[in-house]
Amino acid sequence: MTFLNFLIGGISLGSIYAIIALGYTMVYGIAKMLNFAHGDVIMVGAYICFYAISRFSLPPLVGVLLAMFVCTVLGMVVERLAYKPLRAAPSLAVLITAIGVSYFLQNAALLLWSSNPKVFPSVVGTGKVALFGGELTITHVTIVTIVSCVVIMLALTWFTGKTKMGKAMRACSEDKGAAQLMGINVNATISMTFAIGSGLAAIAGVLLCSAYPTLVPTTGSMPGIKAFTAAVFGGIGSIPGALLGGLLLGVIEIFAKAYISTQLSDAIVFAVLIVVLLVKPAGLLGKQIREKV
Amino acid sequence: MEPILKVDDINVYYGSIHAIKGVSFEVNKGEIVTLIGANGAGKSTTLNTISGLLHSKTGSVSFMGEDLAKVPSHKIVSKGLALVPEGRRIFLQMTVQENLEMGAYTCGTKTVDEDLGKVYAQFPRLKERYRQVAGTLSGGEQQMLAMGRALMSHPTLLMLDEPSMGLAPILVEQIFDIIQRLHQSGTTILLVEQNAQAALSVADRGYVLETGKVLTSGTGSELLASPVIKKAYLGG
Repeated sequence: MTFLNFLIGGISLGSIYAIIALGYTMVYGIAKMLNFAHGDVIMVGAYICFYAISRFSLPPLVGVLLAMFVCTVLGMVVERLAYKPLRAAPSLAVLITAIGVSYFLQNAALLLWSSNPKVFPSVVGTGKVALFGGELTITHVTIVTIVSCVVIMLALTWFTGKTKMGKAMRACSEDKGAAQLMGINVNATISMTFAIGSGLAAIAGVLLCSAYPTLVPTTGSMPGIKAFTAAVFGGIGSIPGALLGGLLLGVIEIFAKAYISTQLSDAIVFAVLIVVLLVKPAGLLGKQIREKV
Repeated sequence: MEPILKVDDINVYYGSIHAIKGVSFEVNKGEIVTLIGANGAGKSTTLNTISGLLHSKTGSVSFMGEDLAKVPSHKIVSKGLALVPEGRRIFLQMTVQENLEMGAYTCGTKTVDEDLGKVYAQFPRLKERYRQVAGTLSGGEQQMLAMGRALMSHPTLLMLDEPSMGLAPILVEQIFDIIQRLHQSGTTILLVEQNAQAALSVADRGYVLETGKVLTSGTGSELLASPVIKKAYLGG
């Protein structure tokens, strides 16, 4: 039974990684850049939700929606101010800018909200479901996390596969010039991608802090890096890859903590990543496109 | 006759490289006009400038009397100007049908099914493979897809950039048949080709580009007969 408990814990943590990884992977797919500030958007989302619920006593759902709204706007503003002017610049310049934005957000949070840890109120309560006569307990947070992840995945798959806007997004990610020739507004599409990714980051932030309720300005960095790893693991640019990478990473991390060593768990996670990339350089579901001439 | 496309003294640079040096030409309604020239003459650069992928520092490109410099690049296709780009540039990871749908991006959703029907009638091979991922098509099929995709936007002027590149002679013939059919059905065509022989035999008029300038121009038959052109582009 403990094995099942760990497995469910891993899937739950992995679901959070997967939701964050989606933001990395979608932005990479379309703008071909690594948005290292993505993890900090998670933190901003969590703070907004925290203040909405704890200070202004708004209902949890309103808090989550507010956090999503703020993060969506934040993502679009960051893209417009920091990344769009660098569209033609070398990718290294964009990467460094993204790291700069990350520090900026962390320090802005430090100024605004101080370094004192906030205790995040769970948005779904602290209830538990006990199964097998109490041997297997699943918290409500875990259930909501896993369900959210599944719903988000289904929604995104539908969006990119069936809607006109989603297909336009895929077209932009393949060839921006050709997409523009089709009449697709490439800049607007990139902006929309940042908006979606950042909105999802807000959800991830709330779920993360509901499971691990200590909120500080650097809360987003480690999960951000892990989720980035998950995105690379699954094949960056691929939406199913983000899900697979996130889930595997979460499960490996929890199992490593449970059965091997708590201190070494991160090292084990990254070691697995290295091995996977040695065997499959494009990630598990990454596509290596062969072009016909 | 009023030209539908008027390119007037454009100068295009790649960084410090002056690629197009004051090119001017016109396309009249219902014509097939061809731009021929060697590699690096500036043919593709000219087409990319007309369709808004590149920008000219001087002069103007006007289409049906409207200055395209004032039109945002992604709105140019909805004016009736479509480009089949060099190297086809279809969306390799999307299906054949999705590629065609992207071609109709600026059109309303109502006419898409009807237009798909028309393109499939024109290119039966695409219909057979409509659910196939475009990257798995052969070179000729990819060229047909690129042309079909451009046709989905109902272009008044269709620009084709080296449609015969890399294709077997039999496929080249097919592609040129299709170009003539499109022309007969009322589409004006601006064709860029290295295959000068084939291009000039279908064209009403042609312009010869060399190192970013218009060297000479004339009707298709005039150019075919010109000794200079024969020597430089038609293999003696």
